[in-house]
Amino acid sequence: MSQPAPKTPWWNDRANRAILYQVAVVGLVVLAGWYLISNTLANLAARNIATGFGFLVREAGFAIGESPIAFDPADSYAKAILVGLLNTIVVAVLGVILSTLIGTIVGVARLSGNWLVSRLATVYVETMRNIPVLLQLLFWYALITEGLPEPGDAFKPIEGVFLSNRGLKFPTPDWSGLEWLVLAALALGVILAFLLSRWARLRQAATGQTFPSIRIGLALTLALPLLCWLLIGAPTAFDRPQLDGFDFSGGHSVSPEFVALLTGLTLYTASFIAEIVRSGILAVAPGQTEAALALGLKRGQVLRLVVMPQALRVIIPPLTSQYLNLTKNSSLAVAIGYPDLVSVSNTTINQTGQAIEGVAILMAVYLIVSLAISAFMNWYDKKTALVGR
Amino acid sequence: MSDPVIELDHVNKWFGAFHVLKDVSMRVGKGEKVVVCGPSGSGKSTVIRCINRLEEHQKGRILVDGIELTGDVRQIERIRKDVGMVFQSFNLFPHLTVLENLTLAPNWVKNAPMKEATETAMYYLERVRIPEQAQKYPGQLSGGQQQRVAIARALCMKPKVMLFDEPTSALDPEMIKEVLDVMVELAHEGMTMVCVTHEMGFARTVADQMIFMAEGQIVETAPPAEFFAAPKTERARQFLGQILGH
Ligand SMILES: Nc1ncnc2c1ncn2[C@@H]1O[C@H](COP(=O)(O)OP(=O)(O)OP(=O)(O)O)[C@@H](O)[C@H]1O
Ligand SMILES: [Mg+2]
Repeated sequence: MSQPAPKTPWWNDRANRAILYQVAVVGLVVLAGWYLISNTLANLAARNIATGFGFLVREAGFAIGESPIAFDPADSYAKAILVGLLNTIVVAVLGVILSTLIGTIVGVARLSGNWLVSRLATVYVETMRNIPVLLQLLFWYALITEGLPEPGDAFKPIEGVFLSNRGLKFPTPDWSGLEWLVLAALALGVILAFLLSRWARLRQAATGQTFPSIRIGLALTLALPLLCWLLIGAPTAFDRPQLDGFDFSGGHSVSPEFVALLTGLTLYTASFIAEIVRSGILAVAPGQTEAALALGLKRGQVLRLVVMPQALRVIIPPLTSQYLNLTKNSSLAVAIGYPDLVSVSNTTINQTGQAIEGVAILMAVYLIVSLAISAFMNWYDKKTALVGR
Repeated sequence: MSDPVIELDHVNKWFGAFHVLKDVSMRVGKGEKVVVCGPSGSGKSTVIRCINRLEEHQKGRILVDGIELTGDVRQIERIRKDVGMVFQSFNLFPHLTVLENLTLAPNWVKNAPMKEATETAMYYLERVRIPEQAQKYPGQLSGGQQQRVAIARALCMKPKVMLFDEPTSALDPEMIKEVLDVMVELAHEGMTMVCVTHEMGFARTVADQMIFMAEGQIVETAPPAEFFAAPKTERARQFLGQILGH
């Protein structure tokens, strides 16, 4: 009685169509790419411009104002670009840490019952996020280089620390090569604190006894370096910055460019993070806190066990994009002359004329850094995701 | 009645200028079941939320198991350990599994080893008839199942009193019964209970006392048989007419 369904032609089949579309898209992309590249190569060849990355091993011939590793004009372009990358990473990492701290404090402050505190936080957020970050960077740079006194009349907020239009100078410990011992003790303290918290978790599961692992862990990380310092004879020698003619020598110095860039990026990004933190906390239903309190949990436990885990889930994804923004915004360093990746690459391109290669390197590096941050955050997000129906 | 488990003595509370509780007094003895009813906004939730200090009262005295509720945080935490609460909106912790919801407070507040807390949790999950859901997350359960988990979560603290704030109001009709069955069973076992509910069938079955509230005051207190057959006040008669009328 029933007729066999009429045979569908293969191009009408859903699965086949999907494949067809994808093949078409890939084909178009490849075609466009091939056209661009072959055209560019032909044009470059016509104008006798060399292509390729050979220039990277040539001598850079320019100096870089500040660098975490020793750099000499005789070093290669590759090393110059590496220095730029390291400078970018230093600003980005410090910026991420500081803006997270400030952002969290301001975000919580906006929720405060204290009228003055919450109003101040609101003013901060509204001002900072509504002024373009480039202007803020120029503002801080101008403030430091024009507004701060000459080294001779530098501000001395603490003994040995100098703030002038040449940047920030501060003393470094000079303990006859034993400084690293104290640092090692600090690292050991952090590791021990971590192990301690794991042990406390296991013990609580086994016996139900709670352990103040955060407080004791913190005490440990502070006490170990202190103990170590006492053991190496409690040295108090410092390499202090000394006014030496028109500038300082000795100690450690941070350039005005770096201070301006870090301050601008941090304060700008912190205003966005504050909003993210605030909405994350507000997103946790008040019933959650009530239910936890009704079970007899203390306020701190409610925050740590019930509210924070839920708020973090809301906070993490937009936080990731703020971290990415900060990293990418750090390329504005070029406007105030901090030798970041973009700034160094610019110089390289100007000297070698290899614009396409230079920009390709730049884009590749930013892409890798951004993808790394976002991969990490995706992993974290998945780990804390909620299971629902 | 010997020492009451819960005693409210002329309790007054204001939300700003709004006088929400006016001279509320009640005594709930050990094993007694009290059902509180009344029109919306009459202060029923506020009264039972005062009993475990989710709300603070401004005048009068509240004693739970002989301990007076004051600003003393220690006292409040002690009382909350002994007073279980079930909310209209369940309020399960969505980031924890059902089992973790049940073991969290016993482990952190009562310092029960996980093994013991898990055994207790499984015992109460059996009691509310959903042991097979232990490893699921609240978001994967139906409303009725979630509310039964919430009851089990409160019971895991082995409370002396259970407070219920309209536990079935957010549920579809077919799920109301599964929750009420659990509550009736609990009542028959001798648990001291204060329930805000409009489930009058439940009230008839288990209540020792009906408390009728209106505009922040206790208008009538009577055993259910008396209250349903012949309410003393016009206000209660009206309310019963509305609620039983359809
Ligand atoms: N946090 C608050 N701030 C101000 N007013 C409140 C607050 N909570 C409750 N109220 C008011 O207090 C009154 C009593 O509220 P309550 O929730 O106790 O009533 P209820 O009897 O439980 O009502 P329902 O049956 O609707 O749950 C209501 O008028 C309500 O608007
Ligand atoms: Mg209510």
